[in-house]
Amino acid sequence: MKKEREIKNEAARDAESPGMKRRSFIKILGGGIIIFFQPWNSLDLLAIPAEQGRSLTKDYNAFLHIAEDGTISCYTGKIEMGQGIITSLAMEMADDLNVPFEKVKMVMGDTDLCPYDAGTWGSQSTQTFGPAMRAATAEAKGVLLDLASAQLGVPASQLEVKDGIVFDTKNQKSTVSYAQLAKGKKLEKYLDVKPAPEDYTKFTYVGKSFKRVDSVEKVTGKAKYTGDLKFPGMVFARILRPPSHGAKMTSVDVSGAEKIDGVKVVRDGDLIAVISENKDKADEAIVKIKAEYTFDEMKVNDKTVFEWMVKADSRSNVVRTGGDLAEGRKISVKVFENEYHDPYIAHAPIETHTALAQFEGDKLTVWASTQSPFGLQDNIVRDLGLTREKVRVITPYVGGGFGGKAAYQQGVEAARLAKATGKPVMLVWSRDEEFFYDTFHTANVIKVNSGVDKSGNITFWDYQVWFAGTRGAEIIYEVPHFKTTSYSENRNVFPVQPFSTGPWRAPNNNSNTFAREVQIDIMASAAGMDPLDFRLKNLKDEKMIACLKSVADKFGYVPGKTPTGRGIGIACGHDAGTWVAEIAEVKVDKITGKVQVVRVAATQDMGLCVNPEGALIQMEGCITMALGYTFSEEVHFEGGNILDRNFDTYQLPLFSWVPKIDCVILDRKDKPPRGGGEPAIIAVGAIVCNAIHDATGARLLRTPMTPERVLEALKKV
Amino acid sequence: MTMEEKIRFKLNDKQTELVTDPTQTLIWVLRNHFGLTGTKYGCGTGFCGACTVLIDNEPVRSCQMAISDVAGKSVVTIEGLAKNGKLHPVQQAFVDHDALQCGYCTPGMILTAVALLRKNPKISRKQIIEGLEDNYCRCGAHVRIIDAVEDASKVMKGGK
Repeated sequence: MKKEREIKNEAARDAESPGMKRRSFIKILGGGIIIFFQPWNSLDLLAIPAEQGRSLTKDYNAFLHIAEDGTISCYTGKIEMGQGIITSLAMEMADDLNVPFEKVKMVMGDTDLCPYDAGTWGSQSTQTFGPAMRAATAEAKGVLLDLASAQLGVPASQLEVKDGIVFDTKNQKSTVSYAQLAKGKKLEKYLDVKPAPEDYTKFTYVGKSFKRVDSVEKVTGKAKYTGDLKFPGMVFARILRPPSHGAKMTSVDVSGAEKIDGVKVVRDGDLIAVISENKDKADEAIVKIKAEYTFDEMKVNDKTVFEWMVKADSRSNVVRTGGDLAEGRKISVKVFENEYHDPYIAHAPIETHTALAQFEGDKLTVWASTQSPFGLQDNIVRDLGLTREKVRVITPYVGGGFGGKAAYQQGVEAARLAKATGKPVMLVWSRDEEFFYDTFHTANVIKVNSGVDKSGNITFWDYQVWFAGTRGAEIIYEVPHFKTTSYSENRNVFPVQPFSTGPWRAPNNNSNTFAREVQIDIMASAAGMDPLDFRLKNLKDEKMIACLKSVADKFGYVPGKTPTGRGIGIACGHDAGTWVAEIAEVKVDKITGKVQVVRVAATQDMGLCVNPEGALIQMEGCITMALGYTFSEEVHFEGGNILDRNFDTYQLPLFSWVPKIDCVILDRKDKPPRGGGEPAIIAVGAIVCNAIHDATGARLLRTPMTPERVLEALKKV
Repeated sequence: MTMEEKIRFKLNDKQTELVTDPTQTLIWVLRNHFGLTGTKYGCGTGFCGACTVLIDNEPVRSCQMAISDVAGKSVVTIEGLAKNGKLHPVQQAFVDHDALQCGYCTPGMILTAVALLRKNPKISRKQIIEGLEDNYCRCGAHVRIIDAVEDASKVMKGGK
């Protein structure tokens, strides 16, 4: 499948070049020096969703611009949604150009100004984009030094740069600034550079902690998100929604809505909407539309879904196999067979999906809260029958994404309504719509059969996963007889599922790490071994061993055979190229079933850490966000109807839940940078589950571990 | 026809008035009429706290309040917190602690904290946690938000 796409792309390249090379950005940017570069690699390739239908070109997909006034700008299709790359990418660029960090401006997520990028996800910005950008920046500096060499009349090798000023090392009074070099130039350079490991001793900014560059805007209310924009004549839209997924409208009466002052009803094919310059009137009108539906939904709900999933589809993929499972069983003194369940969970960013669409003549501009401005552009092109040149998507600050804004239905809807009405249309999804159309983390089932011998070695590992796929499904431990089978991977859209699902922060690694690390804990306990010792005994992965030892040290871990009554749980795993180990301490109220996490220690090996402060924020954020899937988050549904439509029944983590968090980032400056936005979230469910067991002897095999489920598990002790 | 009314109130320390449908919600009047878009829409039902503003120094969910209910009162939004270009100590503490990620919940979080600290200058960490409990942050900046508010409380004891 992938192969075919690549071949087609190869052939389509020349025919469909988006023309970065043909298009002169100097015209748009008004002079200076532009360096084009391309951070493509196989990871980018895999990250392009088929639905974007865009050919992969060999075009340059990012560039840096040195303006005539000396401003350094990085143009990238990546977006800022809180993860902090607006700060860390600027740090990297400043480092390689030897300019003050605050002189670097990030221009992000604008399809007219920025070169193509598939999307901001998978913790790829720092590990894939960053190194390519750095390599290009180093080359760019070479170009600047050549210009300076000509100007100052000394060889480039004799020049150095400090704070954007090039100087002659043999005559420090002989200087020229980047601004002077760029002045009057109209220079475009195209670089095909391969990232090479860099000498970290030469970093000025990278590796040191920097505060966010966007915080002053964000604490003063000045930061603009999509919903904060306004144009003359702009109307707010609300769209009529079906009561459940799969429902089909049979009749509709819009007269109630039409009676409301300043409200117009708009129809565009299957889309029925109300518009008003007054948001409250649009809200009032939409509920006055009366519609009837027929229902043809799946007879599955949040309780029966696990049984349904195992039976739903027989498509399987043996990911990894070795040895002989039967032999493994034979040499085991104890065998463990467990089934783990994980429900649908919502992304629930506080900013709902929002878009503003405006036509000026035949050119459409859509501002949208999206993780994929170019993906949205392609969908608009397809659905509205426009050409790519006539559609511009701009991404202001995004109020949280977590994978949920990798889907961008709202942008297409706003575009359709702008076309239908001829007005600028602002579409702010309600919280109800946000829950209804969220591409949830998929529910899943994982069955693990495994065994140990009398010395505490893992003998076999038979791992079957339904719907969660293989991210994080690696065994990681040394096992002679093993098999990993994935069923129904990527079967994630309606109507295969009751509703569409999609990537949720560290997609499904939470589920796989939960199943694996709880199973390991069960085995350690049954083998009468300390859970850390058991892991270390069965691991050969030195990075994982280093992370475990570090986190044990940070936590002040004292070994013990579980359940010790102390309430301590441990787990480890890897995601996005980053290795992570975590330990939790919990208190369990045996009367109410409520669990309080007292503290969490976490160690991460993420290679070179560009901005330690930013990486720590991400680790803390992961651990805190994870408390939701661990304790409360679960989408209830019946057929295609989502029963949780707001925060009254769908409980996000609260301040009172948050433990003391101690994080360690291992010093790995000499290794390439890896992902930081997701890894620390993967092990939290498991450390809490293992800690509950350590505290009480109660074993839960599913998330979320609600008080009711904890009480139920306690009854079995 | 909806009857319009003239509504007078103080907005970020300035006396203001507008003629409008009195049933409109405060959040959309602030955002759409006054352009004060720091007040964010999050859930529309008062659960999340992103739309929090101060009304006579009390934190209020502006999505749950009709514009007519602020007549004669004093409304402060996030835009009205910094004075003469100087950040309020709570805003400054959020910056110093990097107590935000996407920043969408931040205005409501800060205004809730400002009200807490005004009422209780000697606030404890536990009281801060209780006071912020009903404000949601999805990015998980909680620990830093608590630290920031605790720090701001120390600064504000100096009489600010």
